[in-house]
Amino acid sequence: MSIQRNDWSLQRKGIIDQERHKDRVKEAIRKNLGSIVSNEAIILSDGKRTVKVPIKALDEYKFRFNYEKSKHVGQGDGKTRVGDVIARESRPGSGQGSGQAGQDVGADYYEAEVNIDELAALIFEDLQLPYLEEKAKKAVQSRKTQFNEIRRTGVIANLDKRRMILENIRRNAREGNPRFGDIKKEDLRFKTWEEVMRYESNAVVIAMIDVSGSMGEFKKYIARSFYFWMVRFLRTKYDNVEIVFISHHTEAKEVTEEQFFTQGESGGTVVSSAYQLALDIIKQRYRPSDWNIYPFHFSDGDNYYSDNEEAVRLADELIATCNLFGYGEIGEEGSSSYRRSSGALLSIFSDRLQHKDRFVGVRIDDKEDVYPALKQFFGRRGVETPA
Amino acid sequence: MEDKEIKELEQAVEQIWDVARRFGLDPYPTNFEIVPATVMYEVGSYALPGRYSHWTFGKTYHRMKTMYDFGLSKIYEVVINTNPAYGFLLETNSPIQNKMVIAHVLGHVDFFKNNSYFSKTNRRMVESVSTHAQRIMEYEFKHGRKTVERFLDAVLAIEEHIDPYFFIKREVSVAEEKRRAEHQAKDGPYDDLWLLDRAAREAKSPKSDDEKPRERLPEKDLLYYMMKNSPSLTGWQRDVIAMVHEEMEYFVPQMQTKIMNEGWASIWHARIMRELDLNDNEHIEFANLHSGVVSPQKGQLNPYYLGYKIYEDIERRWNEPTQEEREKFGRAGDEGREKIFEVRELDNDVSFLRNYLTEELCEELDLFVFELVEEEEWTITEKRWEKVRDQLVSNMTNFGFPYLQVEDGDYNGNRELYMKHRFEGTELDMRYARKALEHVHTLWGRPVHLETVIDEESTVLHFNGDEHGED
Repeated sequence: MSIQRNDWSLQRKGIIDQERHKDRVKEAIRKNLGSIVSNEAIILSDGKRTVKVPIKALDEYKFRFNYEKSKHVGQGDGKTRVGDVIARESRPGSGQGSGQAGQDVGADYYEAEVNIDELAALIFEDLQLPYLEEKAKKAVQSRKTQFNEIRRTGVIANLDKRRMILENIRRNAREGNPRFGDIKKEDLRFKTWEEVMRYESNAVVIAMIDVSGSMGEFKKYIARSFYFWMVRFLRTKYDNVEIVFISHHTEAKEVTEEQFFTQGESGGTVVSSAYQLALDIIKQRYRPSDWNIYPFHFSDGDNYYSDNEEAVRLADELIATCNLFGYGEIGEEGSSSYRRSSGALLSIFSDRLQHKDRFVGVRIDDKEDVYPALKQFFGRRGVETPA
Repeated sequence: MEDKEIKELEQAVEQIWDVARRFGLDPYPTNFEIVPATVMYEVGSYALPGRYSHWTFGKTYHRMKTMYDFGLSKIYEVVINTNPAYGFLLETNSPIQNKMVIAHVLGHVDFFKNNSYFSKTNRRMVESVSTHAQRIMEYEFKHGRKTVERFLDAVLAIEEHIDPYFFIKREVSVAEEKRRAEHQAKDGPYDDLWLLDRAAREAKSPKSDDEKPRERLPEKDLLYYMMKNSPSLTGWQRDVIAMVHEEMEYFVPQMQTKIMNEGWASIWHARIMRELDLNDNEHIEFANLHSGVVSPQKGQLNPYYLGYKIYEDIERRWNEPTQEEREKFGRAGDEGREKIFEVRELDNDVSFLRNYLTEELCEELDLFVFELVEEEEWTITEKRWEKVRDQLVSNMTNFGFPYLQVEDGDYNGNRELYMKHRFEGTELDMRYARKALEHVHTLWGRPVHLETVIDEESTVLHFNGDEHGED
C-alpha cells in the first residue's frame, strides 16, 4: 500500500493520439469536401474563424443494434405509467427524402470543428486561376511600406500611443499602482516599417445573378455558396480583388452585396441586360489591360426566347474582354436526373458561342455539385481533375 | 498537494485498508497515484496505461478532457485490475473525495480479486499491454503507420466478438492432448507392436493437429477465427489480432460485471466512510458526493445505483427472511453479509439481475421498458416486473453486443466467409453493419456474408470488396 506522486509531465500519449484523431478528421473532411463546401454553417459563417460541420465516415463502425428499433430499460421517479412519453425523437430538417437517406441522418455524424482558412487551403489545393495574365506588370509594380513591427526606439512621429499607454499601465501595475500616468522612457513603443516591393495584380469579379420569379431560395443559396468560395479563392491569388454585384430580371442594376444575396425575386428574365451592364462597367472602371476580369453569372436558364440571340452576342463580347466567363445554371433541388430542354441558356451557349475556350458552363442541381463546379471553373487546364 | 497532505492521505489509506479488512473485504495490495487531469483522462480513455496508439483512443481522450475542461463531467477515480492494483486519484480532489475514492477503489479491487469471472484474468496486464504497444510501434515503423492504423481499424470493428470462455477452449485442448498422450503411454502386453509404426504416427497426428486445427463451427470468437483461418493475413497482422484478443480477454469480465462491480464498490465506500472519524462538514461533503454517485438519473439506468440497491436488498432478505422464505428455502436469517459475499463471488450482471432483481425492487426503482413508437415518441410500453427484468437481462447478454458467429469459412467452396447473427428480436443497425462488414472483408480478404433478420425476414448481406449486396 502506498501513495505516490510522480512526475507525469512527459506523459503525452493522449495528446499524441489526439493528433492522430485530428489527422483522421482532416482526411474525412477532404473526402467530404463536396458536402462541406456548401454547408450552411460555413457559407453563413459571417467572419467566424471556426465552424462546426457534420462529417460522415469518422465513426468507429461495429456490429451493433439498431437503437431506434430496440427496447430499453429506464428508471422513473416513481410515478411512471405505461403509455407515458419520456422523450421525443428530434429529427434534423424535414427534407430528408427517402428511407435510405433517413438512415443517414441523426447522431451518426461527427461534428468536426473546422477552421475556415484550413478548409480553404484544402479546397484550393487543386484549384488554380485560368488564364491569369500579366497585366502591364511593370507599370503597377509598387513600393509599399508596411508597418509590421514594434520597437522600443524609433522616430517620435511613429510613436504607438495605444501601446505606450498599455505598457505604462502594465508597468505601474507591476509596481503596485495600476493606473495611467508618469510615463517613462521604457514605456515608449514605436512602429517600424519595412519596405516591400509588390507586383500589383488586380482582379475584378463581376457577379451576376438572376433574380427573376423562378429563382427560389435554394437556387440563390447555391449561387451564394459558389461566390463565397470564389471570392476567397481569388483573394489568395490577387492582392486586390474587387467584386461588382449585378442582379437582374428584365433589367439589370448594380447592387450591394447584401442586396445581392437577399433580394426578393420577381418578374421575367432578360439575360442580355446584365451582360450589357457588365460591359458598361468594365468600360468605365476596369480597363482589361490593367485588370483580370472574371464575370460569373448564375441563372436558372429560363431566358426570354427573343433575348437569346442578344445574350449570346453580348456573352461573346464579354468573353473577348475577360479572362474567363463562367455561367452556372441551377436546376431544381435534387433533380439531377432531370434534363432540361434545348431552350435553356446553357445548351444555347454551348451551341452558339464563338469563344468557347474561355467559357465554362456548369449545371448545378444539388448542393454537392458546388464543389465539382468550383473545380470545373478553376481546375487546372489540360490536366484531368478527378471528380 | 503538499507533503503534509500526502502524509495524511497515507494514514487514511492505512485506516481505510484496516476497516475494509474488518468488513471482510480481501483486496490485492493497492498503490495509489496522485495524478493531474491529463493523466487521469489518459488512463481513463485507454482503460489501461501504456496501451498501443490508435486514433480512437485520442478521440475518447479529447472528448473526456474537453468535458472536464468545461466542467461538464469529472472522473474522480480510475482503478486498474492488476496485482498489486493501481488506483489513480485526481490531484485536485479534496481530502474527503480522496478518502471516498480510496474506499471505492478497494471495493473494486476486492471484486477483481474474488469474482469468479476474473479468475483467469492476467494480473500483469499493464506489462503485457506495454509490450503490445512496443510491438505495434515496431510494425508501424516497418510497414507504415497508416497501414497498421487501417488494419487496427478493421480489427477493432470486431473486438467485442470474442468468446468470454476462451480459456476453457484453450484448457480443453491442452487437457485433451494430455489425455491422449496418457492413453498412448498405457501399455499392455502387446503394445510393443504399436511401436512399430510410432514414428509414422508421431510424424502424422500431432503435426496435422497443430497445423490445421479442426475447425469448431460455429465459432463465436470472430477475432480468434480470423487470426487462425483468414486466407489473406500476414504474420504481423495475425500478431496484432492476437494482441487485441488478449486485451479483450482482459476487459470482457469487466464488461460482464459492470453493475455488480460498481454496486459493490459503492456499498463498501459508503460503509467504510461511516466507520471513519469525520467531522460535521466532512460528513456533509461525503453525503453530497455519495448521493451524486448513487442517485437515479431520470430516464436512464445508473449502474452504481442499481447494483447498490440490489446488494442492499439481498442483504436485507437474507438477514430477515419472511416466514415463507424460512420454510421454503430454509433461510435461517442473519446470513445477509455472507450472502452478498457469495453473490460477489459467483455471479455476473446477467445472473445477478436474473436472480436478485425482485418485483419489489422493480417497483421501488420504478423501472420500465421504453421504445420508440411511430418513429417519434419514446414511450413506456411495459411495467410488469418480469418483462422489465427479462428485457434488462437480454440487453446485458453478450455485454450488449449482437451475437455473431462464423458458420462457414469455405462458403461456396470458394473460401468465402459466412457469418450468422443469432437473431433474438433486435435488428442490427444496418448502416453500421455494412460498414463493419467492410472491415471484416479487410481481415478475411475474400467475399464475406452475414445472415441476419430485417423486418422479420431472413436476409443475407454480402460484401465482395467492391460492392454490397443483399438478399
